[in-house]
Amino acid sequence: MIKIARIAYRNLLRYSRRTLLTSMLIIIGIVAVLLFIAISGSFKQLMVGQITDSMLGHLQVHRKGYVASIENSPLNLNLNDKQVDKLKTVLQQNANIAAYSGRLKFSGMLSSYTETSNIRLNGINPEMELKTAPLLPQRVQGKKGTAGVPTLNPGEIWIPDTLASGMNLDIGTQIVLVATNKDGSVNGIKLLISGIVGRMTGPGGRDGYVNMKDATQLLRIEGEEINELAVRLNRLDLMKPVFTDLQQQLEQFRNKKDKPVFEIHTWEALSPFSNIANIIDLLTLFVKVILVAIVLVSILNVMLMAVYERIREIGTIAAIGTSPRKIWTLFLMEGLFLGIFGAVVGSIVSLGIIRFLNWKTIVMSFGRQEDLVLTPSIEMSQVIFTALIVIAISALATVQPAIKASRLEPVDALRHF
Amino acid sequence: MALVEISNLSKTYQTGEIVISALKNVSLEIEAGSFVSIVGPSGSGKTTLLNLIGVLDQPSSGSIKVAGKEVSQLTNRQRAEFRGDHLGFVFQNFNLIPVLTVYENVEYPLIMVKNESAAKNRDLVRGLLDAVGVLDQQFKRPHQISGGQMQRVAVARALVTRPKLVIADEPTANLDHDTAFKIINLMKEMKDQWHTTFLFSTHDPKIIDEAEIIYTLEDGIIKSRQDRRSK
Repeated sequence: MIKIARIAYRNLLRYSRRTLLTSMLIIIGIVAVLLFIAISGSFKQLMVGQITDSMLGHLQVHRKGYVASIENSPLNLNLNDKQVDKLKTVLQQNANIAAYSGRLKFSGMLSSYTETSNIRLNGINPEMELKTAPLLPQRVQGKKGTAGVPTLNPGEIWIPDTLASGMNLDIGTQIVLVATNKDGSVNGIKLLISGIVGRMTGPGGRDGYVNMKDATQLLRIEGEEINELAVRLNRLDLMKPVFTDLQQQLEQFRNKKDKPVFEIHTWEALSPFSNIANIIDLLTLFVKVILVAIVLVSILNVMLMAVYERIREIGTIAAIGTSPRKIWTLFLMEGLFLGIFGAVVGSIVSLGIIRFLNWKTIVMSFGRQEDLVLTPSIEMSQVIFTALIVIAISALATVQPAIKASRLEPVDALRHF
Repeated sequence: MALVEISNLSKTYQTGEIVISALKNVSLEIEAGSFVSIVGPSGSGKTTLLNLIGVLDQPSSGSIKVAGKEVSQLTNRQRAEFRGDHLGFVFQNFNLIPVLTVYENVEYPLIMVKNESAAKNRDLVRGLLDAVGVLDQQFKRPHQISGGQMQRVAVARALVTRPKLVIADEPTANLDHDTAFKIINLMKEMKDQWHTTFLFSTHDPKIIDEAEIIYTLEDGIIKSRQDRRSK
C-alpha cells in the first residue's frame, strides 16, 4: 500500500502544474466556504446576541393573544399578580433558566413642554432586567451607577435616541410622560432623562424604559402587573428543549373557558432577524454545494485526463501482472491525495485568514446599528467536517476514472499511442 | 513437456463488417530454456501471437497451454495473476514507469505483483541491475538514461520475478543496430544465467540469426520452423 501511495504521490508531482491548479481550485473553494461560515456565523451570532441579550431575551411569556396585538401595547392583556406568581414558580423550577424579567409595556405621550411625541415604553425592574438582558447597558448612554451600569431609579426615564435627537432632548432634561390606563383615564408624571437608548433591529428596538414603580403609578395599577416576561437561559443552545418543556407546563394553566392562559415564544418567533438567520443558513448550505461541485468537477476532470494520458502505462503495469484492484487503488489514491492536500492547505489558510481578520477588527453597520464589531470564528468541528466532505467528494470523483483504468484491457492499452 | 503448447489457434478481429483473421490454425511448441524468435513482415500476426502466449489476449478458437496450464479461458483477474507468476515482458518502447527510478522499476513487479518485501529482495534487484549493466544508473529516472539502458532495465524487470517465459515484442525496434545486438546478447546471457525461456519477435535479419529456434509467420500462418541449435 505504501508503494502504491508513493507512486500515486509521484504521479501527482509528474503533472505538477495541473496538480497545483486543481489544488488551488479546491483550496480557494474551501477558503471561500470556511470564511463564509466564519463571517456569516459571526454576524449571525453577533446579531442574535444583540437581540437576545440586550432586548428580547431568549424566550418570552405573555398572556394568550398578547403577541398578536403587541403593536397596540394592550393593557387589558396584562398578567395579574396571581398569574405572575404561577409563572415564577414554573420558571424557578427549571435549572436551565438563568434569569427572568417582567415588563410592563405601554404607549404614552412624551412632552418636553415645547414639543410632544408618541413613545413606547417598558416598565422594568432594573436589577432583574439587567440580569435578563445583560447587554442592555451597552445600548444606554447616560448616568452610571456605582457598578458602572446606567441607573433607572424611580423618577428617571431612558428615551430612545431617535426621539432624543428628534426633540433635541438630552440627559438631565425633565419631561412629562402622559399615558392612558386600561380604564381609559389619563395620568401624567414628571421624569428626568437619565439615559438615551440606542436603537435595535426588531420589535421593541425603539422603546424607552422607565422604572416599574413609575409605570404602575402612571397607569394606576395596584399590585404587580406585567404583560411580558422575558427569560434568559444559561445557554442559547438550550432554547429548544427549554421552550418545549415550558410550553408543556404552561399549557396546563387554563382559564374558565378551558383556553390556555399563557403563550410562550422563542426570540426567533418574535424577531424578523430569524428570517435573515435562516437565509444565512441557506446561503451557507448553497456555498457548500458549490464547493462540492467544484471539487467533484475538478477532480473528475483531472483524473479522467490522467487515465487518458497514461493508458499505455496502465497497459504496462497490467501486463506485468498488477491486479485491477491495485490499479484502481493507485488512481483512487491520486484523487484522494489531491483532496487531502487541498483540504489541509485550504483549512490552514482559512484559519490563518480568520485569525488575521480578528486581528484587523471588522467594523460593520446593520440597518441603523453602527460600529458592530465582527469577530469571525469557526468551530474546529466545522473545519474538520468541511475537510472530510472535500476528501470524500475527491474519492467519489475518482471512483469512475479509477474503475475505467482498472478495467482497461492490457492488450488494447499497450496499443494506444 | 513443452513450456508453451499451441494447437489450432485462431484469432479474428472485427472492424465494422470487416473480419480480419490475424492467426489461422497456428500450432507450435516452445521448449523450456530455449531462445525463440518469431519473424515475419508487418501484419503477419507476430504481435497477436505473442499477446496470446503472453495471456494478454484471448483466442477466437484453439488452445494455448503455458507452463502446463490452459490459459485461453481465464478471467481477467486470473490472467493478471498468471502473468505475474509465470511471465515477464519486454516491450518495443521499453515502457518503464516514468515516476520510478531504475531500481524501483525493477523492484516494481516484486512489490506490486508478488507482494514481496522490498528489503528481502534488495540483493536480487541489485544483482540483476549489475547483470544487465545498469547498476550505476539505479537512482536515475527512465528519462535520464539512454534507450539501450532503458531496454536493459526492462530486461531486468522482466526477469526479477524469475518467470518461466520472457516475451519480448520487437525489443530492438527502437534501438540502433549495435545496441540492438547487445540487447539480444544480453537476453541470451540472461536466458542461460536465469534458466528461463525467451520468446521474441523481430524483423531485423541480423538479430534473427541470434535465435535458436525461428518461427516464420506469414498472413497468420506458420510458414516454417528453423532449429539452429545443431549448427
